[in-house]
Amino acid sequence: VTAPAVSREAVRPQPDRRGAESRRADRSTALVEGWLRAHTALVYAFLYLPILVVILFAFNDTTRRVTAWDGFSTKWFGIAFGDAVVQKALLNSFIVAIPNAILATTFGTMAALGLQRVGKRVRLVFDALTYTSVIVPEIVIALSTLVLFATGFDLIEAWFGIKLNFGHPTIIAAHVLFNTSLVLLLVRARLSGMDRTLVEASSDLFATPWRTFRQITFPMLLPAIVAGFLLSFTFSFDDYVITTFVSGPGSSTLPLFIFGQVKRGVTPETNAVATVILVFTVGTLLIGQLLLMWQSRRTGRHGDSGMASIVTDN
Amino acid sequence: VATPNSLPVRPEAAQPGRFRSRLLSTALLLPAAIWYVVLLVAPLAIVIIFSFGSRARNGGYTPGFSFDNYLRAIDKSDPFITSLAMAAAGTIACLLVGLPLAYFLATRASRRKGVLILLLVVPFWTSFLIRTYAWLIVLGPDSGVAGWVNAITGDDGFRILGTPLAVLIGLVYGYLPLMVFPLYVTLERMDRTLVEASKDLGAGRWATFRQITLPVALPGLVTGSILVFIPMMGEYVIPQILGYGRTYLMGNALVTDFLEARNWPSGAARAVGLIVIMFVTITAYLWFVNRGRRTREVSVL
Repeated sequence: VTAPAVSREAVRPQPDRRGAESRRADRSTALVEGWLRAHTALVYAFLYLPILVVILFAFNDTTRRVTAWDGFSTKWFGIAFGDAVVQKALLNSFIVAIPNAILATTFGTMAALGLQRVGKRVRLVFDALTYTSVIVPEIVIALSTLVLFATGFDLIEAWFGIKLNFGHPTIIAAHVLFNTSLVLLLVRARLSGMDRTLVEASSDLFATPWRTFRQITFPMLLPAIVAGFLLSFTFSFDDYVITTFVSGPGSSTLPLFIFGQVKRGVTPETNAVATVILVFTVGTLLIGQLLLMWQSRRTGRHGDSGMASIVTDN
Repeated sequence: VATPNSLPVRPEAAQPGRFRSRLLSTALLLPAAIWYVVLLVAPLAIVIIFSFGSRARNGGYTPGFSFDNYLRAIDKSDPFITSLAMAAAGTIACLLVGLPLAYFLATRASRRKGVLILLLVVPFWTSFLIRTYAWLIVLGPDSGVAGWVNAITGDDGFRILGTPLAVLIGLVYGYLPLMVFPLYVTLERMDRTLVEASKDLGAGRWATFRQITLPVALPGLVTGSILVFIPMMGEYVIPQILGYGRTYLMGNALVTDFLEARNWPSGAARAVGLIVIMFVTITAYLWFVNRGRRTREVSVL
């Protein structure tokens, strides 16, 4: 991806009166401009090269080494989709990601709305918890959650004689924690930027609080809620660290499958699975982004369009 | 994230109404609160308690109260120092790569800005694991960078994978956007007339950059550095895959303690140490940013 620079130098005074010194300055300006442009192009190449390499080598018609190019073929996609382990991992990924996204979006949105109605102290406590869940390194959260579940399951077995095991519920529970914070932050950001006069007008016009919520607040929050849902889904779908420590036998998701493959040596099948995941997650989020842009254009709001702005805001 | 004002409370709300309203607030907050208490507060509390205990015979935890685990963590602080060095190097590398890019996006990209920003976000949406293992192919000795170098030099010994350099590349690649976004936002808001004024007053390019652009970008620079430094400190996947586990960071040490040595108390002490470092860093950062804001206001006055 090359990025042509549109020079802003037109604003500057014409250099013809200033002689040799300014000509030297212009040369150094051109040099700096060129360097900035080249640097940007290189960074974009750096960002996309590895991804493109994975996709390219998924189409490699080889039976030997992954990176020895033997011609174009789609056979590895067939092999990957026919692989029972991949099928199971894919199924597990959906079994985890969908309930996680539903729960996290519901809890996060509810909490964002609830926080508007409570005093400063409760808000501070919630803020502290939200930021803690985001700041504490994922590996620490993963290991301490593992210790909690292991200790808790032992106690439950000792007290009630019920044997609980790691599996889908433990993965979902652990993912929902992080994603609730994510949705909470997104929806709160949207709430704080919301036009309050509409809510007041609605209640002045004798709408019930529920009706105000349904007809005013909810539609305005929808972009943030949709973004939160999609980001929660892809986080869960892509997560390795937390999932690997709280998964049980038979609940391995796709990232766990890929990590195992990587440890044994990448095959074209790994690349094929990775390509499908890449296309799927990027596709999901791009569709979400387009929906949000379309929605914001329809409601005539500018400046905040979708998920790119969620990352760039703040 | 700003704190929103509370919803307008209608004064005519009667006593039973107020009770119902509090009930609703509680109901709205309850699920998230339960999740935070059970899956955030409780695990962290357990880790803190365990860090003072000792290892049971068969692994796990025996209650106790001593600082032995902390002393051992300080004594065997190699992984921590390696993590600190890698995270610092990664942050500086992100800054060197990210600042010119953010500057270009903010001041030169003009109409293509939206597309370029989106292109910066898209890799961030994709699986971290896949983006990391992709470098196995790119840097690898078969047809990757190490292979080319070996072909050119005729030597077969050059390797990148399994070295700290590979880990560093992975860190920069994984977290670069987190550095670029805050830098971009601050530079984007920069008053361009300041730069023009500086040039008109005869300041050179470097002087203008150092005295105008850099101070303006400072909040973004600090935010970006924190955003990349924190996850780099706790990184686990990148050193595992690209470093072959040889560059032994805090994340790897924690996993070894908890899962292989099954010495939960020792791992817990390390984890607590890591969390404390995070909070100290962030507090220092907030203090720094607030102080910076105050001095800027003063200087404007």
